[in-house]
Amino acid sequence: MTALLETGGLSAFYGDFQALFGIDLSLEPGDCMAIIGANGAGKTTLMRAIAGTVVRRTGQVSLSQRDIGGLAADQVAALGVAMVPEGRKLFPSLNVEENLLIGATVAQKGPWALAGIYDLFPVLREKRHAPATSLSGGQQQMVAIGRALMGNPRLLLCDEISLGLAPIVIKDIYAALPKIRAAGASVIVVEQDIGQALKVADHVHCMMEGRITLSGRPADLARDAIHDAYFGTVSAGTGHAVH
Amino acid sequence: MQGYVKTATRASRPFVLLLALVVIALALAPLWASRNTLQDLFFILTMLSLAQFWNLLAGYGGLVSIGQQAFVGLGAYAMFGAVILLGIGPIQAILLGGIAALALAIPTAFFAFRLQGAYFAVGTWVVAEVVRLCVSMWQAVGGGSGTSLPRDARDGLIGLDQIMALFSVRGAEARDIILYWLALCVTVATVLGLYAFLRTRSGLALSAVRDNIAAARSVGVRAEGMRWRVFLIAAFGTGIIGALIFLQNGRISPDAAFSVTDWTAFVFFIVIIGGIGTIEGPIIGVLVLFALQSAFAQFGAWYLVMLGLLAIGVTLFAPKGLWGLISARTGLSLFPVRRRLILSDPSEDKP
Amino acid sequence: MLFIDTLVQGVLLGGLYALFAAGLSLVFGIMRLVNLAHGDLIVLAAYLMLLVVTVLGVSPFVALLICAPAMFALGWVLQRFVLNRVLGEDVLPPLLVTFGLSVVIQNSLLETASADSRRLPAGDLVNASLPLGPVNVGVMPLATFLSAVAVIMALQWIFFRTALGRRFRAVSDDPVTAGLMGIRPKSIFALATGIAMIVVTIAALYLGIRSNFDPAIGPARLIYAFEAVIIGGLGSIWGTLAGGIIIGVAQTFGAAVNPEWQILSGHLVFILVLLLRPRGLFPRAYD
Ligand SMILES: Nc1ncnc2c1ncn2[C@@H]1O[C@H](COP(=O)(O)OP(=O)(O)O)[C@@H](O)[C@H]1O
Ligand SMILES: [Mg+2]
Repeated sequence: MTALLETGGLSAFYGDFQALFGIDLSLEPGDCMAIIGANGAGKTTLMRAIAGTVVRRTGQVSLSQRDIGGLAADQVAALGVAMVPEGRKLFPSLNVEENLLIGATVAQKGPWALAGIYDLFPVLREKRHAPATSLSGGQQQMVAIGRALMGNPRLLLCDEISLGLAPIVIKDIYAALPKIRAAGASVIVVEQDIGQALKVADHVHCMMEGRITLSGRPADLARDAIHDAYFGTVSAGTGHAVH
Repeated sequence: MQGYVKTATRASRPFVLLLALVVIALALAPLWASRNTLQDLFFILTMLSLAQFWNLLAGYGGLVSIGQQAFVGLGAYAMFGAVILLGIGPIQAILLGGIAALALAIPTAFFAFRLQGAYFAVGTWVVAEVVRLCVSMWQAVGGGSGTSLPRDARDGLIGLDQIMALFSVRGAEARDIILYWLALCVTVATVLGLYAFLRTRSGLALSAVRDNIAAARSVGVRAEGMRWRVFLIAAFGTGIIGALIFLQNGRISPDAAFSVTDWTAFVFFIVIIGGIGTIEGPIIGVLVLFALQSAFAQFGAWYLVMLGLLAIGVTLFAPKGLWGLISARTGLSLFPVRRRLILSDPSEDKP
Repeated sequence: MLFIDTLVQGVLLGGLYALFAAGLSLVFGIMRLVNLAHGDLIVLAAYLMLLVVTVLGVSPFVALLICAPAMFALGWVLQRFVLNRVLGEDVLPPLLVTFGLSVVIQNSLLETASADSRRLPAGDLVNASLPLGPVNVGVMPLATFLSAVAVIMALQWIFFRTALGRRFRAVSDDPVTAGLMGIRPKSIFALATGIAMIVVTIAALYLGIRSNFDPAIGPARLIYAFEAVIIGGLGSIWGTLAGGIIIGVAQTFGAAVNPEWQILSGHLVFILVLLLRPRGLFPRAYD
């Protein structure tokens, strides 16, 4: 089977500052990959580099073997990559339903439409005419996920969707993940919460200072190794790549 | 946040020598230049000073004013008013022009600093319009149609007789020589003053603000006081130059004194084409403007069309202007004020 | 009586200023771009209509239908190839480019159309008036005002009721995230400027019919337009109408006291409003 997403030697820069150093990743269709790492490790930058919102990047990014490394964000989105950005980034001048509709701007054919999103997160149906930013944090996260799904993406990138939410809310939100995968999307979740990541992912990659320090299946990874890779108590490179 | 300061000094020492020679040659211009050349030099020098003050505002202070004609016009009118109504000598009255501009700058800043970015630009323009309309109603200096400087005031210029004797020229020529020297003094003072100011601690902060948005945030606390200082300095200098220009003209009207084209558009072309945010840029810009003007002025308005297109092209394709192109090629910096604050913490968000 | 008459004339004049301002408000609201050539673009549109009226012998209202698409195209091209390149954090480049553009338009018109005053011919309509309650109002000022209200309602409808308007708002809120949604902000900007130029053409129609124009009057229209936008509050389209009316009323009352004070009193009221409410009367809650 050919990989849905593949990166080779992907690096990214903010001005003169290099935030990613040669990331190699591969995601099979239907899989769920988790990226974990401490604050500032470069997880968000990696998502941005894939989605095309980092201005300067080098190396390869390909989607179903098509090179997308040189494309702008809107072109990547049109190929079926959707992002739930860190901090949700809802549009404050749009109400809930308008936020969802804007996600369908370059929609592919697929299972998701307004009705489907409202079934997935019923609370949004009641609030659909409310300004998006008037909702609670968890509900806003649902809008952000729904907005991304409205494009019927092949690949869904979720950046810290549990950040700042109460455990019970996190559970609700993660409950949607199996349905999303069942409907056909492959998923990358970025998490600082290691437990959550290990629970949902088929593969986990741990990042530190712009590099991948550990990779593996959740079952194969020892807690200690993750701890070391996460906090950098052992030098990078002791982790073993798994493909 | 940590940082260190990098100062470029290459070429600045021989340049000091060259600069001194140029200034001496210019000071002796009445000996070697014709009256026409002297008037051209007067134009170049006064436009250069105006451009440097606008450069200080927009290029270093981030204050994009399109209302500097308010200070040119008010400075000039204050000088005329002082001469006509109070009988003060024209040269002393130039200083009053600067003071009047400064007095206007205080309420203007109070008003315009409440406005951000582009609003600020429009705010300054509205102020200039208000001043123009008010001055147009001031009948003692000719109202809407303007007035001329009284003959005896023009002939009573300090030192006129001595110059007439020294160079054995007639009154009109002697007047040109005096005003030319004044313009030279003002310009040298402007350029050196700006240079000295930019080398002070606060000046350094200004350059850093211009170069680095992250640095701009970290000096944000001091920014307010800085903006006031820059705005008031620019207004005072602009008022002085306005008074000097119209003393040379001998005639004033609201449309001429508050002309957007003459006092803002040309200044803006000089700074943009030469290179904004550098001292060298406006010097090159004014020479380019003068050359273009000599070559193309007979094409009338098409000449302005060409200047406008040139400014657009430079902004799009060479935002640092001609001097930017030159210094990128050669690493040259004649006035090494662009000490850069190199920040070692890159974590600030950049767009 | 005189008071009511002055007030009504002022409100109607405000309609003209709101027309000048509506396009500016749209562009400013969506991309924070201050177009210093806006007034000159209005004058350019007026000359374009004059050309069409003269060459084809049609009425200015027909000329509007021909010129509006042309101005849309001009706006689109201008945004796509020039202004999009200078948008960003720094306010300086857009100001420089549009100021340069203003000089270019003014002086090109001066060379091609001369400095003479012109007017769009609209026959008897110009002098016609209607009794409206206790005052007589001119047909043209009334038509201008109603057009302004119609334009603002149309913009409001586009903005809040259409998919395009949704994109306008999204891009205005956050262009980067809008990009993640597959929206190309720069294409949206080009459309917005195109629409603004249609409004500019409508403004030019009334400008040209109601009064003389020459190549140099653009900047003054720009100032009135700006004052209306800023008084109304950033991005508030109805606020722009309110701002236009405030300037118009201030001007007619100033003129009633002393004709020399007409323009001046408009500016002074603008300064006063901004001193009291630096973000205008109806600012957006977030920015
Ligand atoms: N917009 C930006 N400009 C400059 N540096 C940035 C920017 N965004 C992130 N960085 C830097 O890049 C590094 C990685 O950040 P990020 O990808 O946000 O990490 P994470 O998502 O893992 O917390 C950090 O050192 C951060 O300071
Ligand atoms: Mg992050």
